[in-house]
Amino acid sequence: MTTQALQVHDRLCLEREHFQHLFASLQARGFQVVGPTLREHAIVYDTLTSVDDLPVGYTDEQDGGSYRLKKRRDRALFGYNVGPHSWKQFLHPPLTRLWQAERKDGGFQIIPERQQPEKLALFGVRSCELHAIAIQDRVFTHAHYKDPIYASRRENVCIIAVNCGQAGGTCFCVSMQTGPEATGGFDLALTEVLDEARHFFVIEVGTDLGATILQDVPCRAASEDDLRLAGAVVANAAAQMGRSMDTSDIKGLLYRNLDHPRWENVASRCLTCGNCTMVCPTCFCTTVEDTTDLAGTQAERWRRWDSCFTMDFSYIAGGSIRASSKSRYRQWMTHKLASWIDQFGTSGCVGCGRCITWCPVGIDITEEVRAIRKSESAQGREG
Amino acid sequence: MQSLAPILANHPFFKGFEPRYMQLITGCASNVRFPAGSYIFREGEPASTFYIIRRGKVALEAVAAQQGSRVIQTIEDGDVLGWSWLFPPYRWHFNARTIEETRAIALDGVCLREKGEADHDFGYELVKRVALIMMERLQATRLQALDIYNVPSTEAGV
Amino acid sequence: MSTLLSDPMLPRPYQVQRVRHEIPGTFTMELEPQDGSAIPPFASGQFNMLYVFGVGEIPISISGDPDRPAPLVHTTRAVGTVSSAIQALKPGNTIGVRGPFGSHWPIEQAIGKDVVIVAGGIGLAPLRSTVYQLIARRAQYGKIALLYGARTPSDILYRHELERWRAHLDLDVYITVDHGDTSWRGSVGVVTQLIRRAAFDPRNTLAMVCGPEIMMRFTASELEKHGAPVEQIYVSMERNMKCAVGLCGHCQYGPHFVCKDGPVFQYSRVQHLLVKAEI
Repeated sequence: MTTQALQVHDRLCLEREHFQHLFASLQARGFQVVGPTLREHAIVYDTLTSVDDLPVGYTDEQDGGSYRLKKRRDRALFGYNVGPHSWKQFLHPPLTRLWQAERKDGGFQIIPERQQPEKLALFGVRSCELHAIAIQDRVFTHAHYKDPIYASRRENVCIIAVNCGQAGGTCFCVSMQTGPEATGGFDLALTEVLDEARHFFVIEVGTDLGATILQDVPCRAASEDDLRLAGAVVANAAAQMGRSMDTSDIKGLLYRNLDHPRWENVASRCLTCGNCTMVCPTCFCTTVEDTTDLAGTQAERWRRWDSCFTMDFSYIAGGSIRASSKSRYRQWMTHKLASWIDQFGTSGCVGCGRCITWCPVGIDITEEVRAIRKSESAQGREG
Repeated sequence: MQSLAPILANHPFFKGFEPRYMQLITGCASNVRFPAGSYIFREGEPASTFYIIRRGKVALEAVAAQQGSRVIQTIEDGDVLGWSWLFPPYRWHFNARTIEETRAIALDGVCLREKGEADHDFGYELVKRVALIMMERLQATRLQALDIYNVPSTEAGV
Repeated sequence: MSTLLSDPMLPRPYQVQRVRHEIPGTFTMELEPQDGSAIPPFASGQFNMLYVFGVGEIPISISGDPDRPAPLVHTTRAVGTVSSAIQALKPGNTIGVRGPFGSHWPIEQAIGKDVVIVAGGIGLAPLRSTVYQLIARRAQYGKIALLYGARTPSDILYRHELERWRAHLDLDVYITVDHGDTSWRGSVGVVTQLIRRAAFDPRNTLAMVCGPEIMMRFTASELEKHGAPVEQIYVSMERNMKCAVGLCGHCQYGPHFVCKDGPVFQYSRVQHLLVKAEI
């Protein structure tokens, strides 16, 4: 137990045997902890009650269109990367009611929905995911309209970040400048150090809330040695990056090449299944569904996640604007990497690699950009 | 006719024509007037004149047996009417019927055509301008054919 | 309830006063707020999201006079589930209204200039609001020309109003149809052909164009050919909309959200997108 008050940027050391205290401290403060856990052969994000719910000793092997869990030789708590879930399901719920309506006096009355979000502790947030949350913060709270559903959930969330110790098979956060080290947007950030001799965590305090949480957790100031070992862990992850995306003038590149033959090439592979949009931590598109009961006296409007890959997405009287799979893939990729910059000031991509892993045919967004860029420089500027 | 010279010279169709050619053109020009509901020319008739509409409205029509005459397009103030005088078999392909009283300048197409054969510079300038009219008409006709205002209704759409 | 007044996501109940059949498949609806709480004032070119209880919601341009916001007027076609359900509403029925949303026709920029309005088909509906405002402040503008194209004479929207506007000595109205009928004595041909008939100084004109995308594209191009700068031409785009506040993502058009960056766009901003298929 530290005796002096903790400050933002302080770095502490927590031994593995005391890790459960972190859970206890969060739970004691009314946070429901959600984080990585094993389910149906994948590591997903769900409710955690204790350390034992973490995928201890597991790692994932990812590649285009492929995800497998493997047992590690050690008992690392965070020895894997990101799975099919992202944290957006907690902040931007997949299905939520917007309002109810009741028939009344020949007309109807709207009953607005009151937001009553739970206090959640997002436990094990990777650096790319911190950036994704910041990106969605901009979309939902700093743009034209502030979404009360997102805003109320966001206010009630505490973020425990984890620095990656290895690069995932499809990761490219280094080239997107979103990791592997968490540099902000967290209440606490953990780096797991595990070797033959020791198993401990270096914890960086990110906010006053983070400092408060650590008060009940037995940790001491991190030593030079602790910090050196933690630094090596992160450096190791950075060095392992298997993929990269060259983002120089990417907006111009994609805007110039809306008619590039590469889009036809992708279209011949893309199934428009929409997996990429479901697993992408920044995709935010939704649709609404208006329902009514059988008697026709009660109606509801629900909002649910949608994907620009559906035929309905761009439908107006007469037909869909984006009927071909080519146009829908182009829309997704150009929005993610180019238009997003005009709309929200940053890229929409954080280099987490999920879209590559979960694409059934292994379409690789970094490869698509590379192909367009390469052919452009080979032929000279396209008109 | 002296009074027609400035009118012709200022018309967009003749813009850029050298003054010496404009003299010849003016020499081939005359003022004409058609009452409402009359035929300026009919399909199949020999085509030897072209018209610059000064004021009025002319319907280009085709006769479809059971449906009577169908208007394809209207030619109005400032428009050029007719180019069949320039190409064999030098016959009109449609009817041109006035909807309103129409005043126009009629130009002797045979005269202009023969001048064009003799003086290719003049011929090129003439054909270039006629080609532009044809291109614009074709573009407009294509848009008309696309039926752009027709939106099919569907069961599933909103 | 203050939430109802300020939250653009909650429909306000309005009562149908009148439904008027216009041309085949098109109708105009007049609405009054049910509990006295009306939507904020609107500008010409903006739209509302209209909700039929338990059925669905669609974006519809406002086609009434912004200076006379009651009753609230919309003209639309019955082409799908929701619009057909709206058409089936009777006086006294309730309809939900969210709005107004979107950018407006920049008529304030037209002061001291000539104005050319080019409408095609149902595109005349959002522009009618503009015509009302121009007429009410006629002295502020130079020459005003309204060019309207419809499919056939029986598809001419607001025909009586067009005739009335034509009777104004200081407003030029030209109407053309793609296909005439036996009694039609007006122009036959595409609306772009009317541009050269209108009297306007292209360098000092504000042009507003609304209709099917292909019509707007050719019209804007024709106006540009006549010397109108692309910054002085405005078009109105239409895309699928679910939220109308820039969050559902459906209305994206290049980097633009048609619900908040549009529907009215400066032609120079979207010129390169208009020629791209499936964008």
